[in-house]
Amino acid sequence: MPLLEIRNLTVEFSTTSGAFRAVDGVDITVEPGDLMAIVGESGSGKSVSMLAVMGLLPWTATITADLMAFNGHDLRGMTAKQRRRIIGRDMSMIFQEPMSSLNPCFTVGFQIRESLKKHTDLDRKGRQERAVELMKLVGIPAPEKRLGAFPHQLSGGMSQRAMIAMALACEPKLLIADEPTTALDVTIQAQILELLTGLQERTGMALILITHDMGVVAETVKRVQVQYAGQKVEEQEVGALFDDPHHPYTAALLAALPERATERRLPTIPGVVPGQFDRPTGCLFSPRCRFADAHCKAVEPVQASPEMGLALCHYPLSHGEPTKKEQAS
Amino acid sequence: MSDASSATARTIAQAPPSPLKDFWNAFSENRGATAGLVVFMLFLLVAIFAPLISPYAPDTQFRDALLQPPVWTDGGTWQFPLGTDPLGRDMLSRLIHGARFSFFIGIVVVTVATFFGVVIGVIAGFAPTWADTLIMRVMDIVLSFPSLLLALVLVAILGPSLLNAMVAIAIVLQPHFVRLTRAAVLSERTRDYVTAARVAGAGKMRIMFRTVLPNCLAPIIVQAALSFSTAILDAAALGFLGMGAQPPTPEWGTMLAEAREFILRAWWVVTFPGLCILVTVLAINLMGDGLRDALDPKLKRS
Amino acid sequence: MLRFVLSRLVTFIPTFFGVTLVSFAFIRLLPGDPIQLLAGERSVSPERYAELEAQLGFDQPLWQQYFDYLFGIFQGDLGTSFVTRRPVLDEFMALFPATLELSICAIVLAVLLGIPAGVIAAVNRGKFFDQALMTTALVGYSMPIFWWALLLIIVFSSGLGWTPVSGRISLMYFFDTPTGFMLIDSAMSGEPGAFRSAVSHLILPTIVLATIPLAIIARQTRSAMLEVLGEDYVRTARAKGLAPLRVNGLHALRNAMIPVITVIGLSVGTLLAGAILTETIFSWPGIGKWMVDSIFRRDYQAVQGGLLIIAVIVMLVNLTVDILYGAINPKIRKR
Repeated sequence: MPLLEIRNLTVEFSTTSGAFRAVDGVDITVEPGDLMAIVGESGSGKSVSMLAVMGLLPWTATITADLMAFNGHDLRGMTAKQRRRIIGRDMSMIFQEPMSSLNPCFTVGFQIRESLKKHTDLDRKGRQERAVELMKLVGIPAPEKRLGAFPHQLSGGMSQRAMIAMALACEPKLLIADEPTTALDVTIQAQILELLTGLQERTGMALILITHDMGVVAETVKRVQVQYAGQKVEEQEVGALFDDPHHPYTAALLAALPERATERRLPTIPGVVPGQFDRPTGCLFSPRCRFADAHCKAVEPVQASPEMGLALCHYPLSHGEPTKKEQAS
Repeated sequence: MSDASSATARTIAQAPPSPLKDFWNAFSENRGATAGLVVFMLFLLVAIFAPLISPYAPDTQFRDALLQPPVWTDGGTWQFPLGTDPLGRDMLSRLIHGARFSFFIGIVVVTVATFFGVVIGVIAGFAPTWADTLIMRVMDIVLSFPSLLLALVLVAILGPSLLNAMVAIAIVLQPHFVRLTRAAVLSERTRDYVTAARVAGAGKMRIMFRTVLPNCLAPIIVQAALSFSTAILDAAALGFLGMGAQPPTPEWGTMLAEAREFILRAWWVVTFPGLCILVTVLAINLMGDGLRDALDPKLKRS
Repeated sequence: MLRFVLSRLVTFIPTFFGVTLVSFAFIRLLPGDPIQLLAGERSVSPERYAELEAQLGFDQPLWQQYFDYLFGIFQGDLGTSFVTRRPVLDEFMALFPATLELSICAIVLAVLLGIPAGVIAAVNRGKFFDQALMTTALVGYSMPIFWWALLLIIVFSSGLGWTPVSGRISLMYFFDTPTGFMLIDSAMSGEPGAFRSAVSHLILPTIVLATIPLAIIARQTRSAMLEVLGEDYVRTARAKGLAPLRVNGLHALRNAMIPVITVIGLSVGTLLAGAILTETIFSWPGIGKWMVDSIFRRDYQAVQGGLLIIAVIVMLVNLTVDILYGAINPKIRKR
């Protein structure tokens, strides 16, 4: 049984100028102990879909799904109170901005012990011991002293380590890391990623890494799901994805990696992810796709076969060349 | 293999709304702000056409109808729908004329306070540190006095009259504009477009008032709207204390002061002028809130 | 922290001297001859005029007068009232407890109702509770409180007969007032019913005086909460699975209190301005009424002194609030 299973998740925000669909029919499956990444540019709805799972979206969001189950519990029919028993314990999340994700008014120790107080039976002394243990686990030196520190006294890397300690407090089955390294220095980024994968291996929890950086993906995870403009456009094992991307968007993302560049100039993807007011008809990627034709701009694509990475494309690529083009025309 | 999402309706490409249209959308979606605007417009029309609408002149006395109650109570007649005051003057006519005074006070005070406040604020924002500090200390001094007390004392110096009350209130309100403008200017003047204008050779004056100031207007507009209501309230309070408009001026606060001794005998002479003040001030504040929400992108719904 | 306090003091001192300058200039700015004004007598004989001029120091150069005035202030001498012939400071101190008692009751009421109202509104943003509370708050904020006071008197005093119309306590009680706070003095007096009478006299003025600060605090709490509720750390708190009461009431409110405390401090000025109207209407023998009466009696020495003390009180409160602001904001505290 999958740990997390989501079918056809859609999230809409009501704004003053109409509804905006941030997530559009996304499927996600995570097995226990899985290590996967969700990749896409800013605005592709990766964070929003995970926040929807956690139940952290504001009330302006409308969430619909055919299935949304975690560890055998249906998340959709759950009361807020029931969900609060799960999140922070079995399923926890860390965020992009570690500096602003910690409450400036409370010490780090307070914020870690708070999770333990909510979800475990540990007494005051037990919580303190566990907090020290967690701080050691995430590699923070002098943990007893750091527990008494306020967030603004920690560096970005330290803050993110503290966030991870907090998220791991109750030994979650699933950890969602939302761009955990984006706001950090490059040298710190690698340390944090190493820490996350190391912890994943040691504890056997599942880890979903949300990122826009294909480079991070290659070194870290086993399985990749690519999202574009709120839709899931491809899903593959990491090796296969890098060898043979099936969606033109994935291919373009990979081509933009410096270490894979073949030409002198680094290729880019022209344009930006469509927003509320410039959503194209047909395939959402068609305006930026170098293989797109009139058919792509008029008709919405359907998912391809699992062999073709479930690519949401009329002409999924095979070794860099579009297939089925002949049949369609 | 059909994806369920492809069957669902999709937002078709639409043009993003223009800033003005976006502002109006946000403003008109706010029901309170719209209601405030409607009431404000109504009062404004009443104020403009007061001599045409009001049944009598505000100072006409009907000696045989002193303290006559409103029409829906025992003893009321349609001749005086809202009753008469202790001197036999028609309440309705006086209230209608009172609207003129309130709007006059509001417009004059806000114009004067905004003009001086914004000019001083822009200067402080661009001035060398010592001049900036000096200006802000002076404003701190003015703000150290409770506004109504300072206005009261200023009127005591200048002599009680409506004009002096307006001057006093404008002086008391003006530091808020200075602070607001200065803060906005300080955050704007380091932006790239200002540097660009400077590089392009724009003069100091032009940068201050043509380049930077228009980008600081949003909070100033909101403050002006809210000051309009403060001005009306403070002028009424001064009138009530006998330090604003003098009888027989049908200013709402002054009317309340005149009616005070009759509160136990004739509730209508007390109730209606205050209600007019409350409704006008409320309408303006509703509009001010609507303006702020529409102009402040931070508080906009995402 | 020490540096922070010092930097606040540095701005406090010039403002203080500015305020003394304003109150010093007050009498000299009045139209007409100041000595004639201060004496208040129809015709002053030349001998009396010279005597007064010397007594008040008006024969000195202006800068000398200002230094004498400053010197007097630091010795607690704010001049003598020409009407009552008593030192202005004594008069002020005798009446100040009444205003303080009323103001404390009003601000306590405003805080106790305003903060929960703002939190509830923010948490239920856009829903019925929010709209109902914020409409009420805006009505309160727009209220001409002198009229509001009259309405309450019409309904509760003359209509229902529940509360007295004016004063601090019923005339039938007479006892020493060592603290000046009627609630404490009446409770200590041992007279049956005295405390009850003091409370009933306090109710309407408190409501009237609390109205605008209450509305301001509720609105400010709501907007501070809304801002804070969008912060990452609130999301973190919710991601821990904490109950809404803890997320909103601890994690969010603790941060939202920082601007709210500032507003509470700033409303002391509002409170003193409101006290002028409230005390006048309810014949509350405090400094607000005293200031208005002094203006009407042309007791300009009293007005000058009162103006200075009130401004200094407002400044001291603002200074305290600034320092308190530093104390609850850990980013400043640890610097």
